[in-house]
Amino acid sequence: MRGKAPILVAGLVTGALAICLTVAGNPPNMGVCIACFLRDITGALRLHTAPPVQYLRPEILGLVLGAFASALAAREFRVTGGASTFTRFVLGMFVMIGFLVFLGCPLRMTLRLAAGDLNALLGLCGLLTGVAIGVLFISRGFSLGRAVPQARANGYVFPGLAAFLLVLFLAAPGLFAASAEGPGAAHAPALFSLAAGLFIGALAQRTRLCLVGGFRDLIFFRDYYLITGFIGLFAAALIGNLLLGNFHAGFSGQPIAHTDGIWNFLGMTLAGLGSVLLGGCPLRQLVAASEGNTDAAVTVFGYIVGAALAHNFGLAASPKGVPPAGQFAVLVGLVVVFGLAAVLTATRTTTERSVVRGSSN
Amino acid sequence: MEAVIDVRGLMCPEPVLLTRRELQRLKKGRVRVITDTAAARDNVTRLAQHEGWHVSVTEEGNTWVLLLQKD
Repeated sequence: MRGKAPILVAGLVTGALAICLTVAGNPPNMGVCIACFLRDITGALRLHTAPPVQYLRPEILGLVLGAFASALAAREFRVTGGASTFTRFVLGMFVMIGFLVFLGCPLRMTLRLAAGDLNALLGLCGLLTGVAIGVLFISRGFSLGRAVPQARANGYVFPGLAAFLLVLFLAAPGLFAASAEGPGAAHAPALFSLAAGLFIGALAQRTRLCLVGGFRDLIFFRDYYLITGFIGLFAAALIGNLLLGNFHAGFSGQPIAHTDGIWNFLGMTLAGLGSVLLGGCPLRQLVAASEGNTDAAVTVFGYIVGAALAHNFGLAASPKGVPPAGQFAVLVGLVVVFGLAAVLTATRTTTERSVVRGSSN
Repeated sequence: MEAVIDVRGLMCPEPVLLTRRELQRLKKGRVRVITDTAAARDNVTRLAQHEGWHVSVTEEGNTWVLLLQKD
């Protein structure tokens, strides 16, 4: 059995880097948050106009390029696509809305837990509930179908776009919207953010680090490999927060968080269910997209459109709570994602085609 | 009895799920798993070894072929 040490180290390093990024200027309990940072990039590209959450986060661009370089070096770059691509886009939209109602992806949820934010416990319960529902669908035959090989050039488009944005950002940062105040204005020096992203991307690519996958495999197979990454991430962030005096257990007064328990729970239920159906958390989707999976690249753009909708239509939560439109969007999302899962489970085809018995070669 | 499981193009956890079902059905013998993602290669390898199967991996073009064996 492959040892758990590499993924434990990946989790520990990611947690430690997240704390360092916070010290260097990133928002509290948000050293790294894939959902929040994609939302900030969406704002930087002026796809939404919420002034506090606009910044072209170099961590994300670095993560993509680090995972891309790692996949190339390991000869694991494989270009595929065409498996329920638009359905993935729609699932990605709703997953992002769920994250922005909770205020964080599984990575930030873990960082919030490690800082004593007990609201994140409700998020964790919601995530586990969503993952468990997703596992039920998958065990009954749910599938987004089989991707097929594509021309190699298709796989370069996503990391190429990240490289292009990075060059533009370093050469002419004024091209992009940037917050003057709020979470978007809090950021570490760009080169440090970029270096951290490169490192985390390469580590995540090598170890397959995925937080949703960790809970999924634990529930599904009693497999502890991926969850070891979560444990490492939590442990490093907890130690860092204790050393820095940033651990404050409680519900109220937590940074960039609200105390609306039911919506913390339901937002993450939606995100957890959608993420399991998609095959992994936003970190994993970014890495898969960088490894040549064009369906994952489309999923990332589903997240981006979800972030734009969340802020343009007032769905996203704030520390004041979850607006009624956001509550409505989560309920609609749960109905749509549950319905899609049920229909695709009822029309399963992949499993039957995959196994050939009695073959001798 | 030998089975061939083609998990090319499938995202996790489907490759692991399909393999686990077949391993539990067969109990022993030879199973070949064809995959085109490194994550599925690693995850299926981990599952099979955990279930007591010997695993050998060969790279063939853009795919990996995993030969799982148990006496």
